[in-house]
Amino acid sequence: MTHMGLLLAAVLFAIGVVGLIARRNLLMILVSIEVMLNAAGLAFIAAASAWNQPDGQVMFLFILAVAAAEVAVGLALLLQLHHQTQSVEADKANKMKG
Amino acid sequence: MHPSVYNALWLEPIIPFVSAFVLMVWGRNLGKRVAAWLGSLSIGASFVISLLIGIAFMKSSGAPFTQIVWHWVAVGSFHVDMGLYLDALSVVMTLVVSFVSFLIHVYSTEHMEHSEGYERFFAYMNLFVASMLTLTLANNLLLLLLGWEGVGLCSYLLIGFWYGDEANGLAGRKAFIVTRAGDTAFILGLFLLFDRLGTLDIQPLMAAARLHWHVGAAAATVACFLLIGGAVGKSAQLPLQTWLPDAMAGPTPTSALIHAATMVTAGVYLIARTHVLFELSPAAMFAVALIGFCTLLLAGFSALAQTDIKRILAYSTVSQIGYMFLALGVGAWSAAIFHLVSHAFFKALLFLASGVVIEALADEHNIFKMGGLRHKLPLAFWCFVFAGSALAGLPLISAGFYSKGVIMWQAGASPFGHTWLWIGAMVGALLTALYISRLIFVVFYGKQQQPPRLFPRWTIQWPMIILAFLSMLAGFFNLPAAFGGGERMTHFLSTALPVLDVVRLNSMSELASEAIAAVAFFLGVYLIWLFYLQKPSLVENLMAGGFAQDLHRFWYSDWGMDWFYDRVFVNPTVVLARRGRHDVVDKIFDGIAWLCQTFYRWLSPTESGLVRRYAGWITAGAILLMVVVLWGRP
Repeated sequence: MTHMGLLLAAVLFAIGVVGLIARRNLLMILVSIEVMLNAAGLAFIAAASAWNQPDGQVMFLFILAVAAAEVAVGLALLLQLHHQTQSVEADKANKMKG
Repeated sequence: MHPSVYNALWLEPIIPFVSAFVLMVWGRNLGKRVAAWLGSLSIGASFVISLLIGIAFMKSSGAPFTQIVWHWVAVGSFHVDMGLYLDALSVVMTLVVSFVSFLIHVYSTEHMEHSEGYERFFAYMNLFVASMLTLTLANNLLLLLLGWEGVGLCSYLLIGFWYGDEANGLAGRKAFIVTRAGDTAFILGLFLLFDRLGTLDIQPLMAAARLHWHVGAAAATVACFLLIGGAVGKSAQLPLQTWLPDAMAGPTPTSALIHAATMVTAGVYLIARTHVLFELSPAAMFAVALIGFCTLLLAGFSALAQTDIKRILAYSTVSQIGYMFLALGVGAWSAAIFHLVSHAFFKALLFLASGVVIEALADEHNIFKMGGLRHKLPLAFWCFVFAGSALAGLPLISAGFYSKGVIMWQAGASPFGHTWLWIGAMVGALLTALYISRLIFVVFYGKQQQPPRLFPRWTIQWPMIILAFLSMLAGFFNLPAAFGGGERMTHFLSTALPVLDVVRLNSMSELASEAIAAVAFFLGVYLIWLFYLQKPSLVENLMAGGFAQDLHRFWYSDWGMDWFYDRVFVNPTVVLARRGRHDVVDKIFDGIAWLCQTFYRWLSPTESGLVRRYAGWITAGAILLMVVVLWGRP
């Protein structure tokens, strides 16, 4: 059971990474990050049940809080990007190239 | 108890300094008249103060007086005080410096009237005199060095005064660099003295030298030779004399100031001031005598070949300073100072009079284009006659006869002296008579070539008249015992400089030496009169010979010294400097810059600003780390 849970978490995480890199839409990038965070949370839960320890569940609560904060910041960035470039494409925000 | 007037000592250098400062900052706003008066009267005030102090000093017992003006450097146990030192020697020096400079300043108010940079000129001249007074009054070799370098700076500024002409700038630069070569030796000497004796205050230093070093000690000899290096540079003696003839590029009053009262006497003063050191080193004494001996002969021959009126006088100065060095070298300290004083009067007068001639003939310098000016410029003529006869030593009534006669006699009679030195000095006296009467006869006799156009007013006339009287009368300050005099100046200086009273047994009497000097004078004048006035064809016949022409050219070019220095020092330096433009060290730094730029070009694309690419790199890095962690373990 535990292995299946961890495997699912790994697959979810990989999907999130691929989405993060491949997507141009900043909204979809945020969604991908959310997927990765959830994958990490799932891995913690699975590990907690495997070793019968509560620590992993505590960590998941933290991850929830971080994810909420990240969404708040990410959406603010999204609004700002749209305000400045009239689009939501992340590649448009490359003014800081060297 | 010292007289209270001594407390005004610090005003002597300060007044010209302040006036120089005012002239430099506000000179243009003051206007010509105010600038000229400020410049001259500040020197006049300095002279009045030194006169009052001098009189008080002569009335006192002759005990030296030290005035600490300021604590210059104080670090831990090391401290240097800026102090002034008054003794018989500095009294004589300040009197001569301030008086002659004052007359030259008054002269310049009119002479420089039509020159550009009138206010600037007075600023430099005042700074010059202030530096010289600092030099003569310093109680500390470090403060002396400050005045010494100030004098060097001002000579540079004044020689290149008309900087619009490149040659003048070059002459100034030459004077600066050549004297700096000597100064380097001088500074090394100061380091050595401080290292060995632990102080630079002149009087304690001399006492320490006497205590720690015996006669002939190696350290004393080395220190003396380093000091000689400095003195030789400033006083334009062999082998550093080449700058002085070129220094004629400056205005005539500048030449008078450099030659008479300030710069070139500094070396003589330095050696007289540190005479205790020199007495510890017979080798250095002999070197000084030898330098003076060679210089006075070489410069005498060169003066005989020149055609530029000011260059003749310049070589004459080199030669007369040679006499002073000869006197210092044989231990005739007060004779050197006596000649310095009388030389200051007649050489200043010669330059001022030549300034009148040059200006009256529309800036003509070649004596062979002058001629017949005796009745047109009577003042200049008579001044030349007075100063020239003092220079050459007209017997009995001129200052130069007594001051130079003492030196010539003591060159042979002193225990440090030698008969050969005496013979050389006599030949030098003959040369002096030859070149100065050549100048006077060619300029003032014969056919008039161009009419003079300018006639001086009182500001030019009076300084010259006063100096003409002094050129004659200064000899009586120090009338030798052989002529029934009391040697008053030697007596006065005896508190500061040792008196030479030991005479070698086989030397001739003073009167005999003076008589031969008189014969040399008359012989020289007669020869020139014969050759240039009576039978000019003789000179032409003589010059027609190839050897005579070569010799003339050799003397004219200062015995090839400039040529030699150009080959040995100037050209290699120029070549090295050209090479140095593309030098190796620059390549290293250029390489570092190139490396940085290359790396920048490689790395700057990674900073693309694309968030997704960063995320990709982070992912790749994370994967790499995991691979290393999982499979990289041994």
